Amino acid sequence: MDILKFITAGSVDDGKSTLIGRLLYDTNSVLDDQLEAIKKANRKNNDGTVDLAILTDGLKAEREQGITIDVAYKYFQTKHRKFIIADAPGHIQYTRNMVTGASNSDLIVVLVDARKGVIEQTKRHSFLAKLLSMKKVLVCVNKMDMVDYDQTVFDTIKADYEQLATKLGLKNIDYIPVSALKGDNIVHRSERMSWFKGEALLDYLEKVEFPEAKQSRGWRFPVQWVVRPQTEDLHDYRGYAGRVLGSGLRVGEEVLVLPSGVHSTVQRIEINQQAFTVAEDGQSVIVHLSTDVDISRGDTIVSAANPTHSERSFEANISWFDNKPLDTAQLYLLQHHSKTVKIKVPEVLFKYDVNTQEQHYGADIRLNDIGKVFIKAADEIPFDLQEDFPENGRAIIIDPRTNITVGAVTIEQI
Amino acid sequence: MDYLDHLEAEAIYILREVAGQFENPALLFSGGKDSITLVHLAKKAFRPGKFPFPLVHIDTGHNFPETISFRDQLVAELGEQLIVGYVQDSIDQGKAIEQTGKNASRNALQTVTLLDTIEQYGFDACIGGARRDEEKARAKERIFSVRDEFGQWDPKRQRPELWNILNGKINKGENVRVFPISNWTELDVWNYIKRENIALPSIYFSHQRDVVLRNGQWMAAAPFLQIDETDTVDHKSVRFRTVGDMTCTAAVDSEAVELDDIIEEIRSSTISERGARIDDKVSEAAMEERKKQGYF
Repeated sequence: MDILKFITAGSVDDGKSTLIGRLLYDTNSVLDDQLEAIKKANRKNNDGTVDLAILTDGLKAEREQGITIDVAYKYFQTKHRKFIIADAPGHIQYTRNMVTGASNSDLIVVLVDARKGVIEQTKRHSFLAKLLSMKKVLVCVNKMDMVDYDQTVFDTIKADYEQLATKLGLKNIDYIPVSALKGDNIVHRSERMSWFKGEALLDYLEKVEFPEAKQSRGWRFPVQWVVRPQTEDLHDYRGYAGRVLGSGLRVGEEVLVLPSGVHSTVQRIEINQQAFTVAEDGQSVIVHLSTDVDISRGDTIVSAANPTHSERSFEANISWFDNKPLDTAQLYLLQHHSKTVKIKVPEVLFKYDVNTQEQHYGADIRLNDIGKVFIKAADEIPFDLQEDFPENGRAIIIDPRTNITVGAVTIEQI
Repeated sequence: MDYLDHLEAEAIYILREVAGQFENPALLFSGGKDSITLVHLAKKAFRPGKFPFPLVHIDTGHNFPETISFRDQLVAELGEQLIVGYVQDSIDQGKAIEQTGKNASRNALQTVTLLDTIEQYGFDACIGGARRDEEKARAKERIFSVRDEFGQWDPKRQRPELWNILNGKINKGENVRVFPISNWTELDVWNYIKRENIALPSIYFSHQRDVVLRNGQWMAAAPFLQIDETDTVDHKSVRFRTVGDMTCTAAVDSEAVELDDIIEEIRSSTISERGARIDDKVSEAAMEERKKQGYF
């Protein structure tokens, strides 16, 4: 059994929390005491049915206002898969929390209100989906019950979205018309939309597969921690602990240590003190090299045959989360896996208009803005371009004065 | 990778980030199944090396004796350091005031002792076994969750947490609570315990015990539970699904003596794990309020 991580995105009141509540409720994932708590809270929909959104709105301020402020993670399981849902806020004010949820998901469910069609938040979220290179986009046209389950409404929205997707270069998009409130096409196929020939949402989620990552891309190994017991019987033990990005890290392979550029060979791969000949994508392992090399946290081990870039400057897309605008004169920190370096962002190349995707020159990068910048680092960073190897083309920006994560970065160009 | 492999690899990654990013971390150990799982994961992350942190137990003094003996045995086997913070000390120092009445519990007082212990030892990160599936305020928690110098959680000011890049930078006096098994469900923990053959305190398995019915739930008849003439003490076959201290953890009727029985019991249960925690039933926002105060 595998895990599917997905996020629901959409504007306020598009019914994200209701959709999740419905998924949980109709798959019998809500337990009696939780249901009891909802009933006690006594929040009802207009038609008197229990408000399922309350299942995910876990904060007092959220329940008071009936909105989602921060990401809630929900878990459920069917015979086919385990699911982790990130229920993210729709408010533009909380875009950073939406990005938090999206960055850890494989699939994004974009909710569109059937009455409103593609609006600014749809565009913003789709743009973020592109920036974060989400593997798949599912557009759920919700509130179909409020447009008499009319096929032409669905078709029009689908056509509009396809246009947007082409503009953005978004691929792998699917569409389902639903009513989260009434439960149409969520867990069961809706009889009221017999014109729709596709699967209900749950069926779709159970079956959806992701395009395989390029075989040739190889692996990267950022060192998190050096295991060095220094006991009598393990006097020479020196293992580099980390999690493999990509696959194919094997014993006997010639490697390069970055940034030093020293060559060595993989001597041993351990998981839980057992030896393996190969480490797979996402495994947390300990690697031993055949020679005594000076390696510490923040270094990256790569295949000598397929190394990363190792540069001090690059162009990146940036998504800004802080109330203070990006200051091109200030020093920031860039965290790329286990490595943290001082950086400057001396130049904003342009800012995107999320509605039109046009590029605006000479603008500041402010809260919730997305733009392209030039970054200069104090030390080499062993990165890949986001397009080639997404997991190694990402970083966060920290403001050293507040220690807050102020921006997300995807590396686009050297 | 199977889903348990995935969850394990993620948890190990998080533990190693703690080791790499903090000067003086600690692993909060309650003797319950989640923190026992954390200890097992720490072995996988750091062995054959030593743990880069001590285990810290906040002892309410109202623990199940089985939990304490299990804790001491585990620590002896591990050869790692254990630090115990006693709620009784906080009471004696006048920092915490013991509740009175029939439903008195020291559960809330743990926060005082925890924050004092953090300050005394200068911990900058505390690893905990909380899971997002436990409770709706927990579902909102980041993996690296920053607490201010008063130990408070501010849900409106949580940092963005992008991809798997965890920002552990903090100001002096602040503290990060780290949750490596955030993405695990109760059933995942049990399936993992079974797969890895992890030992647990006996109270998780069905046993005969004197219990008292309180507010519709079976409480262990402990010496510090106020039992009067309106109570009847029953002798029943029960087990504990979650282990806090004896005054806030209810037992469930159970004949489950093996892990397979427990897994089956949870799979078919219609009550959540926290349904047996008195402390969560106080109000809709009980957990959120406690977390804001500094509860882990």
